[in-house]
Amino acid sequence: MTDRAGAGRFVGRNRRTKEDRRFIAGLGRYVADIRVPDLKHVALLTSPHASARIVSIDARAALALDGVYAVLTGDELAEATNSLQHGVEAPNIIWRPLAQNVVRYAGEWVAAVVADNRYIAEDAIELIEVDYEVLPAVVDPEDAFASAELLVHPDHGDNILFHRKFVWGGVDDDFAAADHSLNFRVKWGRNSTVPIETFGVVSHWDPGQEMLDVWASVQMPKYADQIAEALRLPGNQIRVHYDVDVGGSYGVKRGLKHAVLTGYLARKLGCPVRLLEDRLENMSGGDAHGPDRIFDVDVAFDGDGTVRSMRMRALDDCGAYPGRAPLQLGKPVGSIVGPYKIGSVAYEAISVCTNKTGQVAVRGFGQAPTNVAIERMMDRVADYLKLDRLDLRRRNFIQSAEFPYTIPSGTEYDSGDYQTVEAKARALSDYDALIAERDTLRGSGSLAGIGVATCLEPGGGNAAFEPLFNPKNDTTTWMESCTVKVDRLGTVTALICTSSSGQGHQTLVATVVGEILEIDPADIRVVHSDSLSSLPGNSPVASRMAIMLGGAAQRAAEMLRERLMTIAAHNLERDEADLVYADGAIHARDDDAAKLDWKQLIRICHGQYHLMPPGMEPGLQASYTMQVPNGGTMPTADGRVQMYPCFSFETHITLVTVDPGTGKVAIPRYFIVHDCGTVISPAIVKGMLLGGIAHGIGAALYEKFEYDESGQHLSGTFMDYLLPSSMEIPDVQMDEHCTPSPLTPLGQKGAGEAGYMGSPAAVVSAVNDALAPHGLTAESLPIKLGTLSDMLRTLDGKD
Amino acid sequence: MKAAAFDFVQPSSLDEACEHLSRAADDPQIIAGGQSLMPMLAMRLVRPGLVIDINKIETLSGVVEQDGGVTIGACTRQTDAETSPVVSGRLPLLRKALRFVGHDQTRNRGTIGGSLAHADPSAEICLTAVTLGAKITLTSAQGQRDLAASDFILGPMTTAREENEILTAVSFPIWAADGRVGTGFQEVSSRQSDFAIVAAAAQVAIDDDGICRRAAVAVANATPAPIRLTAVEDGLVGQEPTAAVVDPLLPSLESVLEPEADLHASGTARIHIAKTLVKRAILEATEDAAADD
Amino acid sequence: MTDSRPKTTVSMTINGAQITADVEPRMTLLDFLRDELDLTGTHTGCEHGVCGACSVLLNDVPIRSCLMLAVQANGERLTTVEGLSDPDGSLSLVQDCFWETHALQCGYCTPGMLIAAQALLQRNPDPSREDIREAISGNLCRCTGYGQIIEAIELAADRLNQRTGKAAR
Repeated sequence: MTDRAGAGRFVGRNRRTKEDRRFIAGLGRYVADIRVPDLKHVALLTSPHASARIVSIDARAALALDGVYAVLTGDELAEATNSLQHGVEAPNIIWRPLAQNVVRYAGEWVAAVVADNRYIAEDAIELIEVDYEVLPAVVDPEDAFASAELLVHPDHGDNILFHRKFVWGGVDDDFAAADHSLNFRVKWGRNSTVPIETFGVVSHWDPGQEMLDVWASVQMPKYADQIAEALRLPGNQIRVHYDVDVGGSYGVKRGLKHAVLTGYLARKLGCPVRLLEDRLENMSGGDAHGPDRIFDVDVAFDGDGTVRSMRMRALDDCGAYPGRAPLQLGKPVGSIVGPYKIGSVAYEAISVCTNKTGQVAVRGFGQAPTNVAIERMMDRVADYLKLDRLDLRRRNFIQSAEFPYTIPSGTEYDSGDYQTVEAKARALSDYDALIAERDTLRGSGSLAGIGVATCLEPGGGNAAFEPLFNPKNDTTTWMESCTVKVDRLGTVTALICTSSSGQGHQTLVATVVGEILEIDPADIRVVHSDSLSSLPGNSPVASRMAIMLGGAAQRAAEMLRERLMTIAAHNLERDEADLVYADGAIHARDDDAAKLDWKQLIRICHGQYHLMPPGMEPGLQASYTMQVPNGGTMPTADGRVQMYPCFSFETHITLVTVDPGTGKVAIPRYFIVHDCGTVISPAIVKGMLLGGIAHGIGAALYEKFEYDESGQHLSGTFMDYLLPSSMEIPDVQMDEHCTPSPLTPLGQKGAGEAGYMGSPAAVVSAVNDALAPHGLTAESLPIKLGTLSDMLRTLDGKD
Repeated sequence: MKAAAFDFVQPSSLDEACEHLSRAADDPQIIAGGQSLMPMLAMRLVRPGLVIDINKIETLSGVVEQDGGVTIGACTRQTDAETSPVVSGRLPLLRKALRFVGHDQTRNRGTIGGSLAHADPSAEICLTAVTLGAKITLTSAQGQRDLAASDFILGPMTTAREENEILTAVSFPIWAADGRVGTGFQEVSSRQSDFAIVAAAAQVAIDDDGICRRAAVAVANATPAPIRLTAVEDGLVGQEPTAAVVDPLLPSLESVLEPEADLHASGTARIHIAKTLVKRAILEATEDAAADD
Repeated sequence: MTDSRPKTTVSMTINGAQITADVEPRMTLLDFLRDELDLTGTHTGCEHGVCGACSVLLNDVPIRSCLMLAVQANGERLTTVEGLSDPDGSLSLVQDCFWETHALQCGYCTPGMLIAAQALLQRNPDPSREDIREAISGNLCRCTGYGQIIEAIELAADRLNQRTGKAAR
């Protein structure tokens, strides 16, 4: 096999990961495995109503139960803590861990019990008596948008958290000049990443150190800072331990209210307190739902298939408290035209509150739903013009020679070769044969359809949606840091500033550092530090760690290597340019014997100050904090901004069948070609890609948090919220391509959201292609079996 | 999700179990495989005072052929029934049905009797029992009685079992040789191995001329309890069960079925699916009979 | 622990070791393994029998430990993920294949997957891809999309067959 593009000695090679061994041996250390003496356990009383006034709470019987230490309600907690922060400016929306006076969704926390174990805590929960006055609930997002009377937060004045119409370019002119236009609506259902591990946190107030220790299954930027602010503590009195293995997150493991609640309880009670959500608490009360979005799209295009302009209205149902959810309408601004040359765009982003569980960041931060809308637009244009769906896309691609390419909303795409990736996908799928296979299936009475999606994955996470969506926020850096040090014995350790939830950061950092120092990554230790001992970081969000953590680690390792070269030049009395670094030793280019080996170099750094160049700092360590490439600027007045720096690309092609007798969808074939620039760890990227595809199939066909008209949540268990199993996920045939990013040291781009960016769009495309001959469309995700069955029932006797 | 407190006994004899069960003041609840009961305990949807574990009563496990039928002890694991040569040879419909019950891990623990006693309207074992007219044996301190499956299962999670009774066995009839017997079992769920949205079972006896001499056809999860489709059965007997014969029989389902909507499918969708699956089950059974040596 | 609720004494063999303990009847086998015995390799996912993260072997067959009471395990023989490795800590064949193909990311479902895989290969040393798919269908994984897990089990079956002298598949 030929070398992968960009491959080095370790980079791009098939190597075993550093993390897997401990997980396989059952030796992972998740938050539920943290053992602290005298640990007490929390259970939660949650609201049975979507909207109600809390008339009274009587906890006397619960408190009297043997083994119960405390029952905490909203009033006490509100007195002692600050409210939790939102991503948008909404000062009159007060968000607290425990409801105070009013409950705003079914599942909202009303009271917390601390007991000797979780069994007793749940016994006590049952003994708390709450008197509610049920109020009308806001359930439908369009109603929420329109209503001036029925408000989730009356003090806010309306239900609108964010509303802005961006216009980039001559949209009206382009529509007027185009040959055709069409419009349609597509809905992305309320789903989420739903990790198999729920959220958990252990908080422990150490009275000697006067410090709150927090172990959490968290993936959240600035977690410690936000806990400190809510608990009214100085930042350096909170220590969040990043060496906790996180059992999946994909964006949602935020758990701020969990940490504030347990932090308060731990201080109050003087003992460590643990809250592990159970599945019911997680699904209804964890504030971990994802985007729930209605897209209305108008598209203007010419008869040859050239798409000229697009108007998109996106209405997102945030649930009861905004958190960072409205910002998920902001990230797609940076790739609002996908991989296509569309000259002008109008984008109306609306985020509303309803009486539902709150939203949080979900894999892609709003990009996957937006990609569905963009891709359905391309499908519809192709269908209207009776053009092949892939051909239509190809006609509209930004050309490889046009990079860097600035889209109407002001973001510059770094690099891409969409035509080549699409061509590889066409070849991989044997596209013409696939069409023939579909037609054969149709001929034999099946409903069969081909789906395609050509989608971008923005990576690198300059969170420019913050200043774009919140005038009071002027954040223009989402830095990431790494420290690399070599100890006196010569072993290499890297410190990273985040916890990991399966992304393989230890492997990433060891691979990159090993590449630079020419040391086997297996011998390099990567340590997850804690919030007090680490440098600034922003956690593994935004498909950014290969770029940002990989970049920081690489630069820190290069700094070490540069320092070793300086030391060698000093001792070997040569110019650095005349020296060669090889396998951790340095020798003169013209004299192998003029050499300092690794041990000698380390000995100089750690002991022989007299051999160091004058003025050099002793020891051997380097830290680097990386700014996001292309980042650092504020949005323009008309909302143009450099959102993310790097753009990965993927082409999906799939064949599905729909059983006309039952509505059951099967996916016999699935192909993907993926381009994330230089691949650092092939097995990890492959896993991300396959996992993302599976997650997207769930979003397209199975997963939805359902609510009834009264705002009751109906999908609180794994029997109602359907995560795809191995039987629903097809074998995926894959190929890759490498268009290096010019912005990153190795040419890497993001891959953490790979697969998920395009698979929902591809599957919906395929199902609609299967329905098309019968004049049917399905534009509301997930497209459930029951929905299809109801649709196909009308075909009975017709075919 | 932790169960409320209860006492626990693990009797080794049926008499002992019946005695525990007769103490109504203890609010007793039987546990066998626990695959349905344990989630209900965890969610505190049931809160017994006493849990009686009948797994250690050896006489409640096993598959035996007797009196022209197959009797399966209530505590027989679903996996053990599935791999039983008696079931394979004599109750192929049950064997087919068991492939659709849960997953390896739940079949290894879940029991035949537990599924019947729980009476989930989508349950494959209940559907098979109703299709074949199985006999349910209930035992109490006062004695023993048998009920036809269709008289035992009254509705969703509702059976004719009295509080002091234990479901101890189920007996499936073996069809006498009316011809070649074939079976069909069809099910649709959102994901493989989920609870059925609708399931259909058919067993037919086909004579040498290809004519159906006997038919049993039933549907699950389109009525509160599995239901035999007698009009369809009557329409098959005396006919060669081809698609052309089956199709005109399907509209009769509309008057019999009364499906409820849930998150996964509407009532009308369920009727559509039921028609499809009934047809497929009958055709599968007919083909199976033809292939049977 | 101030818990004064009545307890029952149970004895069982876990990963080859005989243990005896007092448990409250309502405690699940899962909680017992994790919280009383500190065998934290077995994971809590849903507590209602769907996700499979809590899978263990009961007398060599896989079951869900959230759907069994600890008291019901009295006198039984259990194997958890900790018992799959050799006593010296070296990985079993299946475990090693999971590492080789990177059949995991966050690792949370992994112990349950390994239990399902181990059980499959014990009863069917030469499984088809569909057999593998079905054997792990009761174990939800949110990271991998299952592809590299299926590859790992195929690889393990191949190696197992090579080891036992059978022709490779």
